[in-house]
Amino acid sequence: MTNGWIDIKNTDMMLIEGGNPAENHPCGFKWAIEAKRNRNAKMIVVDPRFTRTAAVADLHLQIRTGTDIAFLGGLIHYAIENNRIAKEYLVNFTNAAFLVQDGFKLPEDGLYSGFDAADQSYDKSTWNYAEGGAVNGGGAGLSRVDGHAQGAHATPPPPPTLPENVAYDLTLQHPRCVFQLLRRQYSRYTPEMVEKITGIPQDQFHKAADLFTSIRKGGDMKKVATIIYAVGWTQHTSGTQTIRAAAMLQLLLGNVGRAGGGVNALRGHSNIQGATDMAGVFDLLPGYLKVPNPSDANFDAYLKRITPKPSKPGPWTSMNYWSNTPQFAVSFLKAMYGDAARKENDWAFDYLPKVDRNYSWVQIWDNMYRGSVKGMFAFGMNGVMIGPDSKKNIEALKKADWLVVGEIYPDETSEFWKSPGITPEDMKGIETTVYRLPCAGFAEKDGSFTNSARWLQWKNAALPPPGDCRLDQAILAEIFLKVRELYQKQGGKFPDPILNLTWSYTDPRNPSIAEVAKEINGKALAEVSDPKLNQTIKAGQQLPSFAWLRDDGTTACGNWIYSGSWTEAGPQLARRGTEDPSGLGVYPNWAWSWPVNRRVLYNRASCNVEGKPWDSDRRQVWWNEAAQKWVGHDVPDFKPDSNPKDHMGPFIMNPEGVGRLFVPIGAVADGPFPEHYEPIESPTPNLLHPNQSNNPLVKRLTTAMDKYGTVADGFNIVCTTYRLTEHYHYWTKNNPANVELVPEPFVEIPAELADEMGLRGGERVKVTSARSEYVARAMVTRRMKSMLINGKKTYQIGIPIHWGYRGIAEDEGRTAHTPTNLLSPTVVDPNAFTPEFKGFLVKLERA
Amino acid sequence: MSQATLRIVKISGHPGPIPGRGTQREEQVCKLVDTTTCIGCKACEIACQEWNDLPFATTSFNNTYQTMPHTEWNFWNLIKFNEQPKADGGMMWLMRKDQCMHCAEPGCLAACPADSAIVQYANGIVDFQQDHCIGCGYCVTGCPFDIPKFNPATKKVYKCTLCSDRVTQGLEPACIKACPTGCLHFGTKDDMKDLAEKRATQLRDHYGFEKAGVYDPPGVGGTGVIYVLHDATNPEAYGGLPASPSIPWSVRLWKSPLKILGNLAMLGGLIGVTLHYLRFGPKVVKETQHRGETKT
Repeated sequence: MTNGWIDIKNTDMMLIEGGNPAENHPCGFKWAIEAKRNRNAKMIVVDPRFTRTAAVADLHLQIRTGTDIAFLGGLIHYAIENNRIAKEYLVNFTNAAFLVQDGFKLPEDGLYSGFDAADQSYDKSTWNYAEGGAVNGGGAGLSRVDGHAQGAHATPPPPPTLPENVAYDLTLQHPRCVFQLLRRQYSRYTPEMVEKITGIPQDQFHKAADLFTSIRKGGDMKKVATIIYAVGWTQHTSGTQTIRAAAMLQLLLGNVGRAGGGVNALRGHSNIQGATDMAGVFDLLPGYLKVPNPSDANFDAYLKRITPKPSKPGPWTSMNYWSNTPQFAVSFLKAMYGDAARKENDWAFDYLPKVDRNYSWVQIWDNMYRGSVKGMFAFGMNGVMIGPDSKKNIEALKKADWLVVGEIYPDETSEFWKSPGITPEDMKGIETTVYRLPCAGFAEKDGSFTNSARWLQWKNAALPPPGDCRLDQAILAEIFLKVRELYQKQGGKFPDPILNLTWSYTDPRNPSIAEVAKEINGKALAEVSDPKLNQTIKAGQQLPSFAWLRDDGTTACGNWIYSGSWTEAGPQLARRGTEDPSGLGVYPNWAWSWPVNRRVLYNRASCNVEGKPWDSDRRQVWWNEAAQKWVGHDVPDFKPDSNPKDHMGPFIMNPEGVGRLFVPIGAVADGPFPEHYEPIESPTPNLLHPNQSNNPLVKRLTTAMDKYGTVADGFNIVCTTYRLTEHYHYWTKNNPANVELVPEPFVEIPAELADEMGLRGGERVKVTSARSEYVARAMVTRRMKSMLINGKKTYQIGIPIHWGYRGIAEDEGRTAHTPTNLLSPTVVDPNAFTPEFKGFLVKLERA
Repeated sequence: MSQATLRIVKISGHPGPIPGRGTQREEQVCKLVDTTTCIGCKACEIACQEWNDLPFATTSFNNTYQTMPHTEWNFWNLIKFNEQPKADGGMMWLMRKDQCMHCAEPGCLAACPADSAIVQYANGIVDFQQDHCIGCGYCVTGCPFDIPKFNPATKKVYKCTLCSDRVTQGLEPACIKACPTGCLHFGTKDDMKDLAEKRATQLRDHYGFEKAGVYDPPGVGGTGVIYVLHDATNPEAYGGLPASPSIPWSVRLWKSPLKILGNLAMLGGLIGVTLHYLRFGPKVVKETQHRGETKT
């Protein structure tokens, strides 16, 4: 979330799409209800189903799954054409005025400039700003230089970098300025086109577009809108770009950085945000540092690649916060390897693995299926059930040598060898050794959860784990110590990273999570001083914030964005202060929010160019002329003494300092603007460019099991998957209370389709995809309706994911023992590598 | 520690008045269920079962999100889900928390023949005292809301107690405590009516629900559970909430005029039996009757 849960109460308008918070985040959804109750806020819900969120919304639009970019593109088009945009914000706080290189081409035919069909990749050199100064004069009363844009006609040498002095046009008129390109890009997303692609009738689209953009009627900046989403957006082959489209719409309307605004991802597990922050992803290190790759010959080359240089119009200023990357990276290496990380050995940079290929989720299973991954540790997740294509995952596990599962229940992954369809005879042929380790449940562990609002909240164990159950860290420590012992005894090819890993816990066999949390926060290794603050941190003391991190080896920090969470003053993440002086729900003394306890990101953008709040009733931070600094209720997300006259951009994490409507070189793999592409399995050709229906960067996997269905093969129904409020993933099927509330799996089927099939609610149906079959009872409902996609009647059905082949109902023989993800395809988003769980094709028949 | 110190005087992040404010002892208490902000999460269902130590039920799939068709002896709080088409082609998905309404004039109590089996406290809570229940099930007939449910194992009838045990301690009922959206409120009847009317006004003025209103049916003297409805003219749409509930005529007749007549008839019967005995002596069982019975 750019903002936070409580902050939703400050909004005037909510667009909830790609998420179903009433069902999947019921406690946080309280704040959406608060906005309605206290501010008369309006709520628009866009979802393939009429959900329990839709039940309390002011407007629900039924959308075809996977077409959100078409809808959002339509909103962008509507906002621009009806002048419901935040002009001053746009010119000063986004790259709308930046000029783009001459060779850049919009995807009218489905492809941006630079596509290499053989390699299914883009040469992104034209996806860049043009070098130069101001064109067209004019602007928003800013200092500016004169000059003319010099289009970069020649192909720049690889790798492309951002120009230092970006050409710009503050009148937003230049045909190659980002704003005009944006306008042209989405001029194709007319209400007619939106209707044909998404199935949302034009009158309903108009209603929603008018309502959502009504906050900028007449250019008034007082009101604010929020966009709320979850995995209904991310789990598509267009996932990252959908969220980009939402961010662009919010920038266009001037809603980012403001109380009640922002782009807000609702995370699905209690600590999934923490897992992401701590680099539970193969291509990141903690704190979103990029992982080294084999082209990084040494530490300097690595730093050069990942540390951006400012790129902006000459007279503007850019803080370019990532210029501090060396401090973050050196401190991380010091935390990892302690004294073994020295300047002479490049801070032990060579110890870090260099990631040479895609090791994302789907790829891990593919590699196991192909035989190159021999074993797996499965902790805190149920890999078979998660899918996609659970059958392939089961087949992969059959080929593995070993599997270790840490769980609190017997689960489908640890019992893959007796999944449905495997006979006792088959079992004899499975050689995989399975170790099932009894673990501890969440209430049996100390530690912190990082919530969607980026708050780190400490919790204490309520009771010890029962019987032989052990804490995760105790299991991992035991394994690590054994591995280290083996390296000590036997040497091995490269023992140094293991032998030199910092492991200075009081009890090495069971490290306390508090000690780990302190290590993540970071400490001074030698005395460090800040002459400006006239302050000194002694060696061994906890660091107060990442501003103290050094690149000379005098500080260690496990994750720079968490620096400040456990200081000399104690565990900030355990704070329980309930003061809220502003009444905006900031609660600055409750827990600790990364970064530096800031609650709303980019909050400098809550003020106009002069540093005055757009809405004085919801003021967060502002420029105090007398004190010559930024002050307020929240921690300013800005250089605290940067005078508004200097025109420093509020988006300090971008080298441009401004929000990106256009994403230059490489930051997003599949295009500087989001473009609508059909899901890999879709009922229609792409109406914008039938010759390029799917995302051109999506690669299909190639084993015999990776099958994809088409309408021509009879897969004529669109299927989506989701969670129910009554269940939590694959756990609560073991709890009688949850099983009482929803006892069995089901398939939600539009009443109209059921009538055509002569099907009644409660009858068993079989859903078949190109991968497998799924059997459950039919829930016939009027909450899903037929839709007209390009004039053709199309049906969607929906399946909750919670049931498999172990659990109360399963063990009683009340279910067909078919996990939902038997059906889903093994294709992923090219940026985040998230599988397309939310939209694929199936057949439906009576079982 | 005195209970007074446990009474909440300030509360963070809570919509509406402090839960339980002014509800100790004598003032009339009331639950407000704002159906327009209910998300059907069923937290109240489970909170009710857990607080009251009720065993979980075995349910079965019934083509709905609703946990079971109606409340049960071990399930006193049920969200009723109803898909309701709208005139413009759209739809509404109405969710209403169903439970004992704690009527000011309770039909169950009127119908109950067992001494002390049903009581009404000064704060308005209608409570079943299972120790005194004779399992006749008359309360089931007497209730216009179909709430009391018979447990064949214990041969007694059960329903929501409005968490009378919690309320006497100055706490809100378990369902209210569990509600995540603030759709459920608890306080004095006056406070709740005031809050409900304000919400209904807001729904009419800002959300286009012209018929929004409060459900507090006078036919049973008003209730200890009141609803805010999007359409107060059509309570039946909310899972069969009766438009104008009242104590059934059979119960009213039986408990007043018929009761006297009944007592007279019973007295007459006794006199008749006595006279018959004096005149004809004891009844003798014939053998043929015995055979007839064993055949079946």
